[in-house]
Amino acid sequence: MSEKKTKRRDFLFTATYAVGAVGVGATVWPMIDQMNPDASVKALASTEVDVSSLTPGKTITVLWRGKPVFIRRRTQEEISDAKSVKMEDLKHPEKDEDRAKNPEWLVMLGVCTHLGCVPLNDKGDYNGWFCPCHGSHYDTSGRIRKGPAPTNMEVPKYEFVNANTIKIG
Amino acid sequence: MSEHEYTPKSKFGKWFNDRLPLLSLASHLTDYPTPKNLNYWWTFGGILTFCLITQIVTGLTLAMHYIAHADMAFESVEHIMRDVNYGWLIRYIHANGASMFFLAVYIHIFRSLFYGSYKSPREIIWIIGIIIYLLMMAAAFMGYVLPWGQMSFWGATVITNLFSAIPLVGEGIVTWLWGGYSVDNPTLTRFFTLHYLIPFLILGLVVLHIWALHVPGNNNPVGIDIQKPSKDTVPFHPYIVIKDGFALLMFMIVFAFFVFYTPNILGHADNYIEANPLVTPAHIVPEWYLLPFYAILRSVPDKLLGVIAMLSAILILAALPWLDTSKIRSAVFRPLYKQFYWILVADVLILGYVGAMPAEGLYLLIARVATAYYFLHFLVILPVLGYTEKTTPVPLSITEPVLGGSPNLAMAKNKESLKE
Amino acid sequence: MKNFFRTLFLITLIIGISLKSNAAEKVEYLKTDWSFKGLFGKFDRGALQRGYQVYTEVCSSCHSMKYLSYRNLAEKGGPEFSVEQAKAIAASFEVTDGPNADGEMFTRPGKLSDKFVMPYENVKAAQAANGGAYPPDMSVLVKARGGGVDYIYSLLQGYEDPPSGVILDDGVYYNKYMYGNKIKMSNQLSDGLIEYGDGTEATVQQMSKDVTTFLMWTAEPHLETRHQMGFKAIIYLIILTVLVYFSMKRIWSRVETEI
Repeated sequence: MSEKKTKRRDFLFTATYAVGAVGVGATVWPMIDQMNPDASVKALASTEVDVSSLTPGKTITVLWRGKPVFIRRRTQEEISDAKSVKMEDLKHPEKDEDRAKNPEWLVMLGVCTHLGCVPLNDKGDYNGWFCPCHGSHYDTSGRIRKGPAPTNMEVPKYEFVNANTIKIG
Repeated sequence: MSEHEYTPKSKFGKWFNDRLPLLSLASHLTDYPTPKNLNYWWTFGGILTFCLITQIVTGLTLAMHYIAHADMAFESVEHIMRDVNYGWLIRYIHANGASMFFLAVYIHIFRSLFYGSYKSPREIIWIIGIIIYLLMMAAAFMGYVLPWGQMSFWGATVITNLFSAIPLVGEGIVTWLWGGYSVDNPTLTRFFTLHYLIPFLILGLVVLHIWALHVPGNNNPVGIDIQKPSKDTVPFHPYIVIKDGFALLMFMIVFAFFVFYTPNILGHADNYIEANPLVTPAHIVPEWYLLPFYAILRSVPDKLLGVIAMLSAILILAALPWLDTSKIRSAVFRPLYKQFYWILVADVLILGYVGAMPAEGLYLLIARVATAYYFLHFLVILPVLGYTEKTTPVPLSITEPVLGGSPNLAMAKNKESLKE
Repeated sequence: MKNFFRTLFLITLIIGISLKSNAAEKVEYLKTDWSFKGLFGKFDRGALQRGYQVYTEVCSSCHSMKYLSYRNLAEKGGPEFSVEQAKAIAASFEVTDGPNADGEMFTRPGKLSDKFVMPYENVKAAQAANGGAYPPDMSVLVKARGGGVDYIYSLLQGYEDPPSGVILDDGVYYNKYMYGNKIKMSNQLSDGLIEYGDGTEATVQQMSKDVTTFLMWTAEPHLETRHQMGFKAIIYLIILTVLVYFSMKRIWSRVETEI
């Protein structure tokens, strides 16, 4: 009899604790989630860029989600340079065809994958980009060739809305 | 503090505790002997702690999105309400939380008044409590200014103008408070700073309030001194914790109802109109919890005296332990005081009511009578009552009336025999 | 415990009554059944979509809606236009953007992320165009008026000829629900003024109800979530309260005290 009673008491207390813990969790979540991007920030997720004025060999930098995006119209020489690199020479092997669907256009996040600085245009040992913060060298396809950065510069989701307009995001 | 020495069982625990006695403190808090006859009016201390923490946590999260600038404050609040994840929920909790906080603090104060908890040896607890209450009013007032609606702006204008009643330096002080020649951006940014600071001051004072409480221990409904620990007490944990928890949950149901179903009923519609220095709302009213004092302010036809009356109405409470001359704490054994107590409660409710009404005609008359009675209660009735009132016999210990069934059976001996 | 609750109940009652009498209005507003009131209140999607139509075709020529974005029209709990519809609505407005590479402002079709286009450049322009009176922004209008939705609903239908003895200036109209009865907005609604997309008959009453519903949503876009979450929260709290109550009874059964 008394043992039965103890068990029931244990169950009651366990249930109370468990239900209480659920409530605490449900209350804490809004306080955490409020720091995530809000609805107005999410709504700005895509940007359209007019690239009609870009001549081969030139790069423009646009802002997307608060970060720079490099859009480069590459010269034939740069394209063949990028395509001729052997995969085994790359730290982060990616084919140029995969990075630039339309080989004339390279679109990528202008953020060094080391610690987030913005690399400089037309600089470095591989005629691509060079990050002044800690000396990472990128080639004409934005791939890491030398230096501390672990991966190639990221290619965001983008598409050509028409011949002159790129939509990023 | 504690009546017993605590020694941690583990070696590390002992090593740590010798250097920083956190474990001793935890042990003191859990074992703290509490009178076992505390009724539900005593649960509001815990509820108030909950309110303070809720306000601080929701306030911190709101401050991550709010912009303290006259041109952007209103918009940033709308941004919180519309776009920030759960922003509407957090803001409504914070806004209604202020009202719930005051509701709880008023119950807490009136509980103390009924059971004489402010009397010796608990005067310091009481005075710290009054300071907390004053800081709460300051925090609430400044918080109300932050959304930068019409009531924010004009409330700030009216309240800061109270200082202009001070002779000679008044005008200078008001300009200094504003940081300009009217309530404007500098006023808003400093109010935001202070609104952010004050809750932490309150938190510190709450620690002192509880510390001071733990020296003599809790008062109780019978109002007599008790031996602790004894058969009259129970350890704080789990007895009081679970009871406070139960009361807190009931409080939270009411709270939730306001937040989810009538979140704007306690606010004023005009505060959803952006501040406009050129147009005053037709009817300026403070939040409900300040109404009684607002009524006192308006009932005096002189500017300076009105401000003095309003401030005295609060500060007079600090002198209460000495104004109340009765040696008996609990109103349970003071038949006359009990009646005056309820008249005071009604008086304050009436003041609150007329504070919301226009200050004219009958309302003004009622406000004046009620104001006069308020001061009469504290300055005349209480001191006199202490000497003239015939109190009923007080029991020897709180266990007796409880165990004996009817309290009167156990009240054979009067308070004199308690003093041995 | 009984005593405690009795006192609490009494005090609540007194405060409740005084609040109620406090809120007592001088004029009786017109009443209608709002779908969004009550514990499970939800917006009527049809009314919201029609209300949006009334707002755009009638109100928006003077009243701004500056805290709303076109994306809101497709969000859950609102009129719930499809994303395509909302995009089309946004694109039908000319939005000023810029500066461009030449440093000049330009116009383009609106996007979902754009805020509702304002009818006037600024408050002064709005005043100048409306005989000195600023047509208030409508984003939170319902919450900014003491009578709330009932007030707006009544006001829209409250135009009357002034009683004898009341003299109105030019550009001032008589409305029996307006504070002071004088309003600078002329009667905007008339039967059949607009043609509803869904074929509903556009009577003054119908349009008033639809646009007021729409304004309730613009002021309180998360109302539906709030009601749903509130119901769950309160049920949860009641369950936990019951559990804690029995736990408390058990714990206190160890001491011989009534609680």
